[in-house]
Amino acid sequence: MSQVNAKQVVRVQTEDFNVAEEYAAIAQDNSDGAVVTFAGKVRDFNDGSAVTDLTLEHYPGMTEAVLVQLAEQANERWPLNYVTIIHRVGRMELGEQIVFIGVTSAHRKAAFAACEFLIDFLKTKAPFWKLEAGEQGNNWVEARDSDEQAATMWNESE
Amino acid sequence: MIQVLFFAQVRELLGTAKVEVAAEGVTNTEQLREALAAKDEKWAKVLTSDKLLVAVNQTMSSWDAAVKDGDEVAFFPPVTGG
Repeated sequence: MSQVNAKQVVRVQTEDFNVAEEYAAIAQDNSDGAVVTFAGKVRDFNDGSAVTDLTLEHYPGMTEAVLVQLAEQANERWPLNYVTIIHRVGRMELGEQIVFIGVTSAHRKAAFAACEFLIDFLKTKAPFWKLEAGEQGNNWVEARDSDEQAATMWNESE
Repeated sequence: MIQVLFFAQVRELLGTAKVEVAAEGVTNTEQLREALAAKDEKWAKVLTSDKLLVAVNQTMSSWDAAVKDGDEVAFFPPVTGG
């Protein structure tokens, strides 16, 4: 668990998370008019060969530091109140939850934008690596140019 | 000594997660990469990939970033979290 402050929570963990609990934890301030959450799941992606499960490797220490930095950057850019980033590591089966982003703000536009910014940057900056296991054996997931472009867009937009 | 870590496919291809490198004559990340690549053909192939990323003391760095005795340097492939 790393915290920027009481309202900025970053967690890298093997266990699953409960979206309702995470929502409740950040949706308690009546000055917030908007709560935006994102949950990412393990899906059958890549080259069409069936994936059975995924193992998430990370760089302990650096991962948490990068996620804290991202939360701070989002805070500087938008008027946010709560920010929660949770990313699971270890082995996960198809359909399991892997990542959670929760953001609150007085305004929906800031909350939506910050949530999308956080997942876009997490995908290209945080040192996580996916190893897929499937019928064809194990295979490291390739980084996608589309993810890199999604993150780059934020540098060009307002 | 410089502590060197390898992650994901880089670790798998090299068959090791960690090595120590003497700091003499190594002043930046590119020199450290070259010193490791000189080990053999396999190390050369993995470490000269144009997609390879490097972090110095847990911060993403460039190939001219300074490296000194006692630093922790990690080499890894492009990240795929989220």
